[in-house]
Formats: sequence, structure tokens, C-alpha cells
Amino acid sequence: MPCSKLKGICVGEENWVDSRTIYIGHKEPPPGTEAFIQQRFPDNRIVSSKYTFWNFIPKNMFEQFRRVANFYFLIIFLVQLIIDTPTSPVTSGLPLFFVITVTAIKQGYEDWLRHKADNAVNQCPVHVVQHGKVTRKQSRKLRVGDVVLVKEDETFPCDLVLLASSRDDGTCFVTTASLDGESSHKTYYAVQDTKAYNTEKEVDTIHATIECEQPQPDLYKFVGRINIYMNNEPVARPLGSENLLLRGATLKNTEYIYAVAIYTGMETKMALNYQSKSQKRSAVEKSMNAYLVVYLCILISKAVINTALKYVWQSDPNRDEPFYNQRTEAERQRHILIRAFTDFLAFMVLFNYIIPVSMYVTVEMQKFLGSYFIMWDDEMFDEELGERAVVNTSDLNEELGQVEYVFTDKTGTLTENNMEFIECCVDGHVYVPHAICNGQVMPDAAGMDMIDSSPGPEAREHEELFFRALCLCHTVQVKEEETVDGIKHGIHQGKSTSFYISSSPDEVALVEGMKRLGFTYLRLNDGQMEILNRENEVEKFDLLDVLTFDSVRRRMSVIVRASTGEVYLFCKGADSSIFPRVISGKVDQVRARVEQNAVEGLRTLCVAYRRLSPDQYQEVCQLLSRARLALQDRDKRLAEAYDLIEKDLILLGATAVEDRLQEKAADTIESLHKAGIKVWVLTGDKMETAAATCYASKLFHRNTQILELTTKRTEEQSLHDVLFDLSRTVLRQHGGMTRDTFSGLSGDCTDYGLIIDGATLTAVMRPGQEGSNSGNYKEKFLEICRNCSAVLCCRMAPLQKAQIVKLIKASEEHPITLAIGDGANDVSMILEAHVGIGVMGKEGRQAVRNSDYAIPKFKHLKKMLLVHGHYYYIRISELVQYFFYKNVCFIFPQFLYQFFCGFSQQPLYDTAYLTLYNISFTSLPILLYSLMEQHINMDILKKDPCLYRDIAKNSLLRWPSFIYWTVLGVYDAIVMFFGAYFLFDNTTFTSNGQMFGNWTFGTLVFTVLVFTVTFKLALDTHYWTWINHFVIWGSLIFFVVFSLLWGGIIWPFLNYQRMYYVFMQMLSSGPAWFSIILLITASLLPDVLKKVIWRALWPTTTERIQVGTNAGRNGELLYKIKKIFFLIVLWVFWNNCCN
Amino acid sequence: MASSYNAKEEDGHHSGASSGAGAAKNRKPDNTAFKQQRLPAWQPILTAGSVLPAFFVIGLIFIPIGIGLYVTSNNIREFEIDYTGESSNSPCYSCAKNVTWNSTEPCFCTVNFTLERPFESNVFMYYGLSNFYQNHRRYVKSRDDRQLNGDPSSLRNPSKECEPYRTSGDLPIAPCGAIANSLFNDSLVLYYIDSNNSQSEVPLVKKGIAWWTDKHVKFKNPGGNSNLTAAFQDLGHSTAKPVNWRKAVYELDPSDPENNGFINEDFIVWMRTAALPTFRKLYRIIQKKPGATPTLPSGNYVLHITYNYPVLSFDGRKRMILSTISWMGGKNPFLGIAYITVGSICFFLGVVLLIIHHKYDNRNTSADIPS
Repeated sequence: MPCSKLKGICVGEENWVDSRTIYIGHKEPPPGTEAFIQQRFPDNRIVSSKYTFWNFIPKNMFEQFRRVANFYFLIIFLVQLIIDTPTSPVTSGLPLFFVITVTAIKQGYEDWLRHKADNAVNQCPVHVVQHGKVTRKQSRKLRVGDVVLVKEDETFPCDLVLLASSRDDGTCFVTTASLDGESSHKTYYAVQDTKAYNTEKEVDTIHATIECEQPQPDLYKFVGRINIYMNNEPVARPLGSENLLLRGATLKNTEYIYAVAIYTGMETKMALNYQSKSQKRSAVEKSMNAYLVVYLCILISKAVINTALKYVWQSDPNRDEPFYNQRTEAERQRHILIRAFTDFLAFMVLFNYIIPVSMYVTVEMQKFLGSYFIMWDDEMFDEELGERAVVNTSDLNEELGQVEYVFTDKTGTLTENNMEFIECCVDGHVYVPHAICNGQVMPDAAGMDMIDSSPGPEAREHEELFFRALCLCHTVQVKEEETVDGIKHGIHQGKSTSFYISSSPDEVALVEGMKRLGFTYLRLNDGQMEILNRENEVEKFDLLDVLTFDSVRRRMSVIVRASTGEVYLFCKGADSSIFPRVISGKVDQVRARVEQNAVEGLRTLCVAYRRLSPDQYQEVCQLLSRARLALQDRDKRLAEAYDLIEKDLILLGATAVEDRLQEKAADTIESLHKAGIKVWVLTGDKMETAAATCYASKLFHRNTQILELTTKRTEEQSLHDVLFDLSRTVLRQHGGMTRDTFSGLSGDCTDYGLIIDGATLTAVMRPGQEGSNSGNYKEKFLEICRNCSAVLCCRMAPLQKAQIVKLIKASEEHPITLAIGDGANDVSMILEAHVGIGVMGKEGRQAVRNSDYAIPKFKHLKKMLLVHGHYYYIRISELVQYFFYKNVCFIFPQFLYQFFCGFSQQPLYDTAYLTLYNISFTSLPILLYSLMEQHINMDILKKDPCLYRDIAKNSLLRWPSFIYWTVLGVYDAIVMFFGAYFLFDNTTFTSNGQMFGNWTFGTLVFTVLVFTVTFKLALDTHYWTWINHFVIWGSLIFFVVFSLLWGGIIWPFLNYQRMYYVFMQMLSSGPAWFSIILLITASLLPDVLKKVIWRALWPTTTERIQVGTNAGRNGELLYKIKKIFFLIVLWVFWNNCCN
Repeated sequence: MASSYNAKEEDGHHSGASSGAGAAKNRKPDNTAFKQQRLPAWQPILTAGSVLPAFFVIGLIFIPIGIGLYVTSNNIREFEIDYTGESSNSPCYSCAKNVTWNSTEPCFCTVNFTLERPFESNVFMYYGLSNFYQNHRRYVKSRDDRQLNGDPSSLRNPSKECEPYRTSGDLPIAPCGAIANSLFNDSLVLYYIDSNNSQSEVPLVKKGIAWWTDKHVKFKNPGGNSNLTAAFQDLGHSTAKPVNWRKAVYELDPSDPENNGFINEDFIVWMRTAALPTFRKLYRIIQKKPGATPTLPSGNYVLHITYNYPVLSFDGRKRMILSTISWMGGKNPFLGIAYITVGSICFFLGVVLLIIHHKYDNRNTSADIPS
């Protein structure tokens, strides 16, 4: 061992090894067995906090200033500090400081909470077995290799391998609700050889080491091996995820367990899963960044132009330094280049408000606060589940209004995933449970209708086997309490009530169906499955092995030994994965029935069996144990082993289970279609079932022409030909359609629906051998898809779903995609799509956890997109445009003023105005607008999905509208500046002859500015609640009150009093009032005119509906007023003309 | 700023730490109007029909206002005379050539002019400067408001902003800074030449030319208005006069202690920096005479100028302006014209909109409302 110890010391380099060795109870293995590399493991301290007391300030500052915007403002602030700039550093320092401090306090507080939570977790007591006694330890002191005692309802302190439990069979029940939200109980198994050691004394005598992989975040994967030294003879046993108890999960229904710690602290799977998801950015954010770049260019060019002009202007020394305005000596000494550079920076500082700090704050506040409306939405609350919509990220609110493609899962999303057993068919004879009266199951009414009677003796045997197979071949648990939130199905069995629980609702439906047909699965007891058969006799089967279900194989098997001693393998799975492995049985009859059922939208499963001779069984056992012991590629080897075992099957029959459509699924899909969104269904189900669901959910209509791109077709023709065929069909139609593309959904042209299956998709996506051809396939495929109104992809593996999403995302138009699903198999596509939505279904919480938004039901997608998405998009696009607009209005007059003050960087406005303009005078109205605005009523948006098309393709943030806003801003700035200029032009405008100075000039411009900008927003507001009134008029009043106060007092802390009485003097002058009114009117005029004329001449659908509803509401009165007014106008005209 | 990104990570932490199942109870959102976004609201929509009246109303209001303003402005008498003396035939030519900012001897010149029409009511006398950048940044900030407010410590130790006009030798300058230093120091005296060619001085009032608040609050002499000399000379430290000045600040108007030192009105007027490079400042007021005689009857006048202020070096101009004032201030046709223009545009647009409204709006509202 010395060598291993030596190695152990220099673990630093050894950390990379891909497996770790754990000594249970820290007992060294007997010498000479194997030289393990002892590693050093972290302690069990959970650190979810980011900062410590010491590094908080530097680390937090670093984090914050890593954002480009913050960094930009920091630079501006530093420039202001260093050089002599026109505005005091306070103007940009204060907002920045405010933002940084608020963020830091918020993050600090959150971190403090995390510290507290961490401490609570780290210090909570844990029972550890040491020297045969149970001692209490703080959780954080737990080390890898410690043997831990966990009692019922306690949470596991770290990742543990189960050694023994209070139950004789060495199992324990666990709920992982806090990990993945699945509240059903899961069974975990102790290592067979140690399950007998179930007191602390005995546990302490276990002498074993565990080899396992290094920690990895996948919750459902674990491979390891335990070496137990009995009499110094190592026995190796496999360890899998069924032995691994995860930190965060809770022990249920089991008195206590003993387990050994293998991953601790930050290496537990829970901790590893906290890695944040990759950042998704919305289209609005992208255009905002593009605008920022434009404005940055404008800013720099403004500064450059002004600097250049300054030096041209200054070339005359009498202008540069007239006798009344000399430089200091130090300034004169400075090199001209340094001076020019300083001037450039000073101009940058002067104009930097064009990119305001507050915009980022406002946008983030809008997103954050706005997302509450989604959570608060009563209509998206589901009574049944008791769940409401969840917002995991508020960054994508507006993206909901931009969706062009919806990728939806079928099971659990479109359908309820609430399975009901409909029928089974054994060798072509169909059995239907008849005990359904008005949808209610009659207790104890075990019987059936045989549609096709008279089975022969051989069939009788098959029938018996079939029912037993369905009773045995599953992983359903029987729960005898009703505390479970999961799937509850009461079975009355004597006195106690019990439920079937399973992670797969299909299995529950099947077992229940069997019960109705007379075979009741009672329990799994001591490795024996008990069945109550039709004659009310209990049959017992030894459960020898379970070949668990996975989505690649799409089947599962059990190996059982009947009381007669015969060993059976029962296999249940999708037809496509069973039929190729069947060697006998009435394949054709069953297949016909399966296909018929599939067309009706039922989920079908085939059941087959194989009788294993003792030799075969031995062989199977060896195959399995060898694969299970493997440390590397265990999954692959297991799959191979399963493949070898599940063969030569004899077909018994098939089952059909109905999965009902979610309520209003069809209505939702229709609305999405009308909204111009393409809906794709991606499912793992088989084509016929999926297609039936698609018809039922109105994805395909009766007149939809279905194009198939499936294995069946590609077997007949080459993929190449099929693709070109299809594209020709589609394009021919499309060519005829181009004429009226703009009319939207024209009724008479045929819709196309495409069905593609997983295998063909792989072929399409496969990087081609000839290089050029493959890209061609992809493009052809995309072209076909683009012209189809609906696409159904069946037989999809989870990764393929993501691939499809990626393919569409990367296509030319870069459409915005949305993926919606409820299961773990949808996670990849949810993460891939621009917006990922999780449905709170029955397949656990994985999808919800990884999604951006989660909704209780599929139908809520309609409101989510058509109402919330639409609103958020309208709101945020106005927010962004308005922010740039108001800052153009704000800064452009300063730019113009430079031409009249010798390019000396003299600010037009007072420091207080510069600072507060974006913070308090104009910030709240737009924020509240962007939270409250409803340009159209919610109900109309829902009723009329077409309106969604009006905002498609980021229409409100395109360059033309951006330019319009900017031009409007520049126009307003020019009106304001030159209006004031001509008013001031060499004259007085007071009645006592006194003159005003430059600060009055600035204040006049600023007053007009604040009012114009606020009124502009008021004109854009379509939804005036009292809050809007309060905020809009309130901020104007605040501006006036502030100005009165600011100029009303000699502020002792200021070393200038330039604003003293300026505002009041200005208001005491009549012409100032007149010019304020005039300039505001003149500034607003073009925008009003543009709005009105565009609305009259080129109205969008939205605008038409607005007018329509408005006319309906108060049209009557308005019409009369207009009529009278019209007459008056005519009369005035008439008189004028006559005179 | 970074909040939302971080908040997201934190959400992950929290949901992990707290038990997810416990919170499931009673999650039904409150059914309040605010949370359901159903607050009662006024939903106005700008259509041609609804803004039509506004346009006409604006037009009908603005045009009369504009006419009123224009007429008022036209009724104002204004007379302006440039006495810079840049051309050789101007009476102040020699002064303009000789005077520099540090010349000690004053130079005198006189300018004759004729008022064609009499000036009624109060007449305001301005001096105007052109091409003088009082709004240059270096200039605007070159002052110490604390010092001007009579703060003794600032008097002894003026603000850095006053550089290079902060100290003269070792002594602090009072008032410091470029603005004060370049105080306009021409004096203008107006004589009326009556029919028998005798000159009579027109009485010029030098009070009430500065803002009341400036004179009484913003500007204060250190240690009160009595004994200014002591305040500026002996108060522990003595101060120096601004470099360009001929006399110290406490000698600006020795005759009137209420108009001397920092509260001298000419000084206060100058200290309010102008907005644009061409500006005028109120110099004197000619009070209306009792009775019906006009304040300034038509006829010949002579302006006696003590020419101290050099402007030719930076290509500047000096003017003397006489103006009457209405309720809307001096002569400025801009506002009236602008009002008339905007009013007519509104009226015109109103007509255009009326046409549009009748041609298109009805069609839109009636025909195209989708079901």
C-alpha cells in the first residue's frame, strides 16, 4: 500500500481520473487486493452563495462592470472625474452609483439569504455510524466514505449508496419532489450482499470499497461497483442509479436506512445541476443592441464633428482667447493633441446621455415587473392542478409576441396523458372491459365483453399468458396510503385503499385495465409479484429481473419464475420494436388491429413472451450481470445485452390505451394557425397515432393534403427522388399562390401537411457523402416545410427534436421558435428553441424546470402568445423606441447649442436637469406605459388571432420605424431649440425690460422638452387607467414643483446658484408661456398627423379593429358632434369666401 | 441592471433549497382588476375624425393669438445705433482704435441720432454686444457665487473655477473670475437736442435693471452694505480689484451704498451670462414723464459715450438700443408669425383631414371590421 498512499498525497494531478474509490467507513481494503488511488474529496459543505464577506465588494463590482453598458457608464464617469468636463461627474455618477448600489444591495441580500440557507443546511445534524455507534455530526463535516443513518422523512445529506434498509427486502422509497418535482415514490434498492446488515453494529462491520464514476450532473445516471471483502475475498457487485440516493430527496415509507456517502458537498448531483442555463436573448434585445451601436456611432461622430469644428473656429486667436476669456497658464502649456483629445472626451461626456443608463434599468424593471402579470393571470390558473403559470426568465416576455414556429410535443401536451384502457386483443380476439358505466368503474365488476368469441384451447393459453404478462410486465408500485399527489387510482381491496403508482401513466392504465378484466396485481412482496386471478386465487411469481424501459429500445421486459418453476420473459413495447423480434404468433391479425387502433388515435403496445429454459436463463443472467458490472460504456453494453435477450419472442397480443386530447387543444392550434404561426408536432409516437391526434386537434384538416416523408416511402424510392417529388408538388402550388400571398390565408388553396419520421429525418440531416448533396437535402426539406401549414414529426428521439428546432432556427429567415413540452424528452428542444415552454404535466417536472415559462395546460399557450406576448412586444418596442426618441430630443439641442457657444462644450441644461431628466422627469410614465398599455382589448386579441400577424417579424422595431422615431426626435429637438433661439434672439421678453441669460434659455428648452416628450407618450397611450393619469400628470407636476424648489432657494451645498429664480422668472413672462405652448404644439403636430393619416390611408388590421370597437362604443355621440362641427366649418368657409 | 440575470440563477438555487411541494397550496392568483390587467380605462384612439376638431380649434385659437402678438410687436418702438467705430467715418473711430483693455485713460466720443417718432411710456436703454461669447464654457463657469453672496471665506479664498482670474499677485480678486473681470464699462449718457439746439440730459434711472432676487438675495456684500471699503480691504485680508478694472468693486457707485459693491446693478446684470453671442443687456430706464408728453419726443439726440470697452480685437460690435416694452416684452415678430403659421397649418391640415376622413375613414370603419 505505500505506493498507493504516496499517490494519494499528490492527488492534485490525479483528480482527472474518471472513477473514484471510496472506502466504506474509511476502512482500508485488505492489503494486496488492489492498489487504489485514494483521492481527496471535498467536505459536505454546500456553497450556493457567490460571495464572502471579504470578496463581496470587489467581486460584485467586477460582475456588474462586466456588462458592457455598466462599463461604458463607468468610463464616462471616470472621464468626467479626470478631465475638466462640462458636466459635473455627479450627473453620470449619481445614476450609475444608484444602479450599482441597488443591484449590489439586492444581490448582497440574496447572497445573505443564501448564506443563511447554506448554514442551516450545513449545520443540520446528521447521524453517522462510527465504531458501531450512531453519532451526530454537522452535515458539513460529513465526508466521503462515512456511513450515514437516515430516518423516515429526512432528507439525504449528500449522494449516498444504499447499503441496508429497515425493510427486509433492502428497498426504500424516496420522493424526489424537490429535485425534479416528481412526487411519486420511487423504489431504491440496497446492495444485495449488504442488505442484511441493518443495525449500526452490523453495518460497521461491512468491509467494502466502492468504485464509481466521478460526479456528473445527470440525475438518472450512475455507474459504480462495490467490492465486498468477505473473508478477504472480494465480491464485486454492480451499482446503478437504483442504488443511488440523491441529496435533496426524502426518505419515505421506510423507517431508516444505512447508506454510504459517495458524493459530497458541491459534487452532489443536486449541486452540479445548479449550473445556470445558457443565456437566451430576445429579438428585441438584439435590435436594441443594434440601435445602441447606431447611437454610439452618432455619439462619436457628433463628438468628432464638434471637436473638428472647434479647432477650425478657434484658429483665430481672438476667438480662441479673447481678452475677456483667457486660459490658465497650465492649459496653455498643454500639447494641442492632448487638448484636442480632452475636448473630444468632453464632447462625449456632454452627449453621453443619448445612451442613458436608465434605459437598461427601465427595460429590466419592465421585464421583471411585467412578468408578474403572467403569473397573476387568473385564466392561466388551472383549478385541477392547482398551478398557475410560472416565469423562469423574464428576459423573453416580448419574444412571446414574435413566435413563428411552435414545436409541440404530443403526449401530455396536446393530449392529456391521462390514459384509459380501451381494449386488448389477443391473437386477434378483442376484449373490451364492459364495466364502464357513464365513465365510472363499477367496483368488483370483473368481467369482459368478448367481441370475437370462441377461442380455441391454444388461444385460451395465450389469453391466460397475455393477462399475466400485462400484470407482471411493469414497474408499477402499490401505494396503500393516499398522501401521494401523483396519480391516484383507488382500488378497493378489502379494507385498505391502495393506489397504483408509476412514472408511466400507460402502465397504470394497463394494470387497471387488467383489473377490470379480472386480473388484479396485488403487490410486490419479497421479490414475489402477487396476482389475484379471475378465480380469486393469489398467484405468485418470482421477479427475477427487470429489463427497464428506455426510449431507444422502446420496450421493457421482466423475467419471472412461475410457481410451476417455468421461467418466462414477458416483453411489452411499441409495435415497431416488437414485431421484428417475433418468431411466431398471429402477427398479421394483431398488426391489423394495432394499425386500426392507431388510426383511431389510440396508443398501442404489443405484448410478447418467451419461455426460457434453465440454461437460457443462466446465460441471460450472465449476460446481464456482466453488462451491469461494467464501469465503462455500461449503457451501451446493457443495451447490447438486452438486445440479445429480447429475441425469439412469441406474440401474444396488443393493447390499446386512449390518451384524450387536452381540452381546447384544437381551438388553440386553430388560433395559432390563424395567427400565422406554424405548428409542428414532434412526438415519439408512431405515425398513425400521431396523425390521428393531429386530425383531432385540427392540425390537419379534412382538405389538408398530406405529404409523407417516411421510411415506407423512402424504401420504395430513393430519398433524393422523394424529396424532389414533394418539393415539386409544393412549389407548383406555391407558384400559383404568390399572387395572393399578401391576402394571408386564402381559403381555396390546398394546405399541405407533412409527415416525416425519425429515420428519414436522420437521413435528411446526415452529412452527405458527396458533400454538396446533403446541404441540398436539408434545403429541399426546409423548402417543403416552409410551404406546409403543419408538419408532424413522429418517431422522434429527444435529440432529434432539438435537431429539428435547430434546423429551423438556422434557416435563412431565422424565425423565432417556441418549443412546448411536458416531459424529460422535451427538455432538449425546450432548451434549444428561442422560447421554451414547459407544460406541468404528469411526466415530472423536468420540462418545467428547464423551460423559460411554464403553463399548466396546453390551452394556456393561446393566451400566453396572443395576449401576453402581443402586449409585451408592443410595450417593449414602444419602450425602446421612446427611450431613444426622448434622448435624441434631450441631447440634440445641446449639440445645436455648441454652434452658438464657440464649441466650448457648454451644457444647455443645468446639472440637476441633466441628471434627473431620465431618472425622474420622464422615467415613470414610460415604465408604467410599458406595464399597462393595451392597444386593443384582451378579449379581441384572443378572439382575433390574425392581429398577431401585425407584429410578426419584429415589425415595430424595424429600421424604418427606428428611423422615423429618430427623425421625429431630431425634428422636435430642432423645433425646441430654434423656437427658443428666435424667442431669445436679441430681444427681451419680460414686461419690465430685464434680460434673461443662458440658463433661462436652457430651462425654456428643457420645459418644452419635458412636456413634449410626456405628451408624445400620452398620445401613444391607448389605455388610460388611473395609474397612467397619475403618473403622466404626476411627473409633469413633479417637474414643475421640483423646478420651483430648485430655483427657489439658495442651496448651501452648491457652489453655484445659476438656477436661482430662473424658472420662476421665466414663468413670469407671458411670451415664455406662449412659446412653450406653441413649441409643444409644433413638436407634436407631425406625429399626430402621421398617425392619423397612416391610420386613414393604410390602416393595419389592428388599427381597423381599434377604430371599429371605438366607433361601436362612443361612435353615436362622436358622430353627432362631428356633424355639427362640420356644419360650422362649412359655414365659416362660406362666409369667408363670400367676403 | 444585472439584476435579472442574476435573479435567474438565484431562482434555481432557491427552488432547490426550499421544498418545491410545500408551496403548491393556495396558488390561485388574486382576481383583482389590476392583476388581471382589467383596470377600467379610457381608451382614446387618434383617428382623422377625432383629431379633426382639435386641429380646427388649434387653428382658430392660434391665428388670432398670432395676429395679436404680431400687432403688439409691431407697435413697439425700437431704435438701435451701432457705436463700435470700426469704420473711419464713425465718430468713435479713434477711440475704437486706441482703447485696449488695459489702457488707463478713458476715451470720449459722441454719436448723434434722430428719433423719427416719439417713444411713449417707459423707454428702456440697452447696450448690445455682438460676437461676444458670454456663453463660452470657460467663461460661464468662471465665477464664485459664494463670494458674490458675501461669504467671507470665499472672499479670501475664491473658487478654483475663477482661474486665471483668481488672484492678482498674492491677493485674492474680488469679484473673481472672467465674467466679473470683463465687466462692460462704457458709460452712456443721452442728451435731447431741443428745437433751440440746447442739449438737455435725459434722466436715466439705474435702479430696477437687475432681477429683484439677484439684487436682494443672490448677491450680497460681505459684512453688509455699510463701510464696504473696510469689508474689501481690511477684513483680516485685503482683496485686489479685477485686473481689467480701473476701480475696485467698492467704488462702483460710491454715491449710493445700496448700489455699490457686489450689489451694483450694472454688475449684477453683467453677471447674468447671455445665452447667445449676440446679446443686449439692460442699461438704464427712462421713466415715463407725468402728463401727456412722450418720454422721448421725436427729434435729435446725442449720445455721449465714455469709450472704455474694446471689442474690435475679437471682431465684436457695440450698440445702444432704445426700446419701449409691451406686456410681451420687446420687439420680436417671431412669436406672432410662428403662431399664425402653426395656426394656419393646423387649419389647413384640418381641411385635409376632413377630406381624408370623408373619403377613407368611413369606408374603413363600416366595411372592414372583421367579424
